[in-house]
Amino acid sequence: MKLTIPAFVGRIAFSALAALIGAIFALPLLWFLFAPFNARAELGLALPDPWTLNNFVTVFGNSYAVQALWNSFIQAVGGVILVGAAATLAAYALSRSSIPGKGAVTYILLLFSSVVSGSAAMVPIFLIVSAAGLMDTHLAVILTFAGGLLPTAMFILRDFIDSIPKSYEESAMVAGASPVQAFFDVALPVIRPGIVVIVVWSFVNIWGSFLIPFILLRSDSNMPASVAIYSFYSEAGTPIVTLLAAYSLIYSLPVIALYLFVSWKFGFRFFGGIKA
Amino acid sequence: MTTEPIEAKPKKVRNFALLSNRAGAAFLTPAGLLVSVFVIVPFFWVIFVSFTNRTLLGRTALNPEFVGLANYLSLFDPATFFQRGQFGFSLILTTQFVLASALLGQALLGLLLAWLIQTVPPWVKRITETFVIAAWILPEVVIGFAWFAFLDRDSGTLNMLLEGFGLPPGDFLLDQPFWVIVVFNTWRGAAFSMMLFNSAFSSIPPSYFQAADVAGASSWQKFRDIGLPLIRGHIVTDLILITMWTFNTFTPFLLTNGGPSYRTELVSIYNYRVAFQDFQFGKGAAVGVIMMLINLAFALIYLSIGRKKKVR
Repeated sequence: MKLTIPAFVGRIAFSALAALIGAIFALPLLWFLFAPFNARAELGLALPDPWTLNNFVTVFGNSYAVQALWNSFIQAVGGVILVGAAATLAAYALSRSSIPGKGAVTYILLLFSSVVSGSAAMVPIFLIVSAAGLMDTHLAVILTFAGGLLPTAMFILRDFIDSIPKSYEESAMVAGASPVQAFFDVALPVIRPGIVVIVVWSFVNIWGSFLIPFILLRSDSNMPASVAIYSFYSEAGTPIVTLLAAYSLIYSLPVIALYLFVSWKFGFRFFGGIKA
Repeated sequence: MTTEPIEAKPKKVRNFALLSNRAGAAFLTPAGLLVSVFVIVPFFWVIFVSFTNRTLLGRTALNPEFVGLANYLSLFDPATFFQRGQFGFSLILTTQFVLASALLGQALLGLLLAWLIQTVPPWVKRITETFVIAAWILPEVVIGFAWFAFLDRDSGTLNMLLEGFGLPPGDFLLDQPFWVIVVFNTWRGAAFSMMLFNSAFSSIPPSYFQAADVAGASSWQKFRDIGLPLIRGHIVTDLILITMWTFNTFTPFLLTNGGPSYRTELVSIYNYRVAFQDFQFGKGAAVGVIMMLINLAFALIYLSIGRKKKVR
């Protein structure tokens, strides 16, 4: 393709502008690439001098920090299992059964899920959890997130299931399978990519969340990494930068890994309203 | 394709539900219970609590009394409404925050990025996208701390750069906290708008742009006359969604704690302070009710637009 000179200059200008914006987005993050490996890290951007992995050793030697990562894991995995299972069943029912009032239920759920945000509903969520006697438990965080993430998960999955031809399950049932068998043996394997998306999305949401565990948990032994990270402050309230940076990097790794996984497996395709 | 198509299936089969109503109901139960308890009940409970003087501690924690509209009256007390640290101040601050960081910042930057990455070489596109998306998906606590370090007065990267360019450094978290959280939220959330507009632009048939190229149109003309009009629907969707998210965001708390002296206290942070630091659950619930009413207005607009689209 021939390019005229102005078009060529224009294209370079576009690239330069895109690269500049990319660089501006990268700036606050670059610090995280260096500080964790710097024995004398400070808040400023600096090449590690000397390079070290000691910060990570210190983090893993801190039992509270390790416990917190484990707590994040329990809460995220618990929430993911609940969201994945309940959303799959519900989305399948919304797509494949003819329960009366399906449309109305869908509409109401969609409405409520966007109206009741965590920051608007923190008082009643706190009161419900405390009335249920679940205060300061993993279960409280798991159930709260499951409830909050389910509506969106259900809609994404329902759209996904709607796009799968019914003839798959129909032929299984013609061959004598019960509807439940048709669901587990025929539909489920086909829906799996959709479930993977839901699972990754809920995991990232719960893993990274701060507010809900912050108000529902009390004891150090239950705190997820997002709240426990504030323990890397000295008595005087100044951050212990080396540890914070190393811990932040470890804490971010699952999210980065999942992002790479999703973009490798599916391409980071766009799902409407994917973030709560 | 020599065999006859199996179209002979009777029409009945098509309307035949794969799942009986009973099985369907059973499938819906777990999700229904969870959503009811943690989404629908909170909606009504918060309204109820907002009419009481419930507190976190003390006598009224166990036996709250009905106080009618007292919580709302204290929120909207004209004598203090606009004072710093009061509800009105927080509401106005949040409105400015949404206008500046979501409607102007995220949407415009996202639109610009989406348009730029249509034409740039793939490797520039990939690098730019990676960092923009990283800002969006990394955990909020990590992002909050990264910005705290970035903006540090004495050794932060920003001041280092400013001095490198011969500009005066500043203590931005102390002097310009509002603009800090505006820039922060723009940076944090631009990825969503970028991806939404990017997928919208990619759905426009390339032949439209090729025709414009033949006619010698500039990029700006293509953007104004082809791109923009064709993604108008997506822009409305984007604006409503990012408005709702920005209105409800709690993340700036991790950077500024709502301070200094309430200057970044968005309604979400105000709600947290009233309920969990001042222990006034009744008043906090009233804030929650007002937030939900505002959410409701946006959600209704959003859903009605979505419905119109489907009908068409």
